[in-house]
Amino acid sequence: MMKLQKATSFALFAVLDLAAQPERPQSVIEIAERYGISAHHLAKVLRDLGRAGIVNSARGVGGGYRLVANPKRLTLLDIIQIFEPPGREPAGGNDPELATDAGRALRLVLDEIDEHVLATFRSITVSTMLKLMVRRPWSASLERSAPKAATGR
Amino acid sequence: MGGALQGPPMKLAATAEKSAALHIRQAVRADVPALIALDEEVTGLAKPKYWEEIFDRYGAPRRQPLFFLVAEQGGRIEGFIVGEVRAWEFGSPPCGWIFAIQVRPTTRLAGVATQLYNALCDAFRRTGVKKVRTMMARNNQLILSFFRSQGMMAGPFIELETTLE
Ligand SMILES: CC(C)(COP(=O)(O)OP(=O)(O)OC[C@H]1O[C@@H](n2cnc3c(N)ncnc32)[C@H](O)[C@@H]1OP(=O)(O)O)[C@@H](O)C(=O)NCCC(=O)NCCS
Repeated sequence: MMKLQKATSFALFAVLDLAAQPERPQSVIEIAERYGISAHHLAKVLRDLGRAGIVNSARGVGGGYRLVANPKRLTLLDIIQIFEPPGREPAGGNDPELATDAGRALRLVLDEIDEHVLATFRSITVSTMLKLMVRRPWSASLERSAPKAATGR
Repeated sequence: MGGALQGPPMKLAATAEKSAALHIRQAVRADVPALIALDEEVTGLAKPKYWEEIFDRYGAPRRQPLFFLVAEQGGRIEGFIVGEVRAWEFGSPPCGWIFAIQVRPTTRLAGVATQLYNALCDAFRRTGVKKVRTMMARNNQLILSFFRSQGMMAGPFIELETTLE
């Protein structure tokens, strides 16, 4: 059910790639090719991250994007909120049907889910994500559920 | 020996590279006043009865071991962690359960909690359990980030509550 906007996922991929190799600036093309995504769209996303003070870029030889935020303190929520403003109401905003008992009960349930989502994104830093990528807990469960699918990973 | 803890004796690796003088050991009754003071410094609430009670529980015979570790540096307690092995709650096989961790505010971000956590996990491992769980306030971002940084993720249980009317 939970789905992130394309721009948000692109931003998370880019930040994770830059954080994984902090000493090496990377170009838009390079990151876009790694994920098979639109370089044009990624360029815009990186500009937004630059305006938010999370990355910066240098031109010329040895240039490219770098992470300037502290990966141990930068949370997934910090990045997500740039692209998905919290004002977006998942349950249809202020539609009149939501002012009914059924509407209010539904809102209570959706709010409960939102609370969990926010607490999760708020507590996971970029460094924690990098550790997760190194541990690869999914490969164990892949091997257990479908040994063939896991070969070569 | 009222303050003696149950459970296997702690054999802690020399995790001394980062902070040479930090020493992790089991808590003893003589630590109680310092623990009450540290807890008060962190939470703003003095709970002498609560801490006395935890130590009284150590004295009583228990089926499952309880672990109470402190991090000491220069004779001062800088942090602690408390956990126990819990068995068969809602059909879950025995697991390590962490129910408190605190580090003195002026000593934070120096890896003290990480050392306490690793020492407790070692102790849990020696009892043979395979999982470690904990529960904390959803809005306590600090402690949530800490446990996440140790690789913990949401487990298969959901906490529910109701107001009794
Ligand atoms: C959570 C707590 C135990 C961490 O203690 P600590 O000794 O500072 O922790 P460490 O130095 O071992 O930190 C380990 C990791 O936790 C995470 N972390 C710790 N403090 C953090 C903070 N302020 N912001 C974001 N992440 C943090 C980091 O990933 C850190 O790794 P890093 O230093 O490499 O970035 C301590 O802050 C504390 O006691 N907080 C209050 C706890 C509380 O509310 N207790 C009441 C319920 S029992």
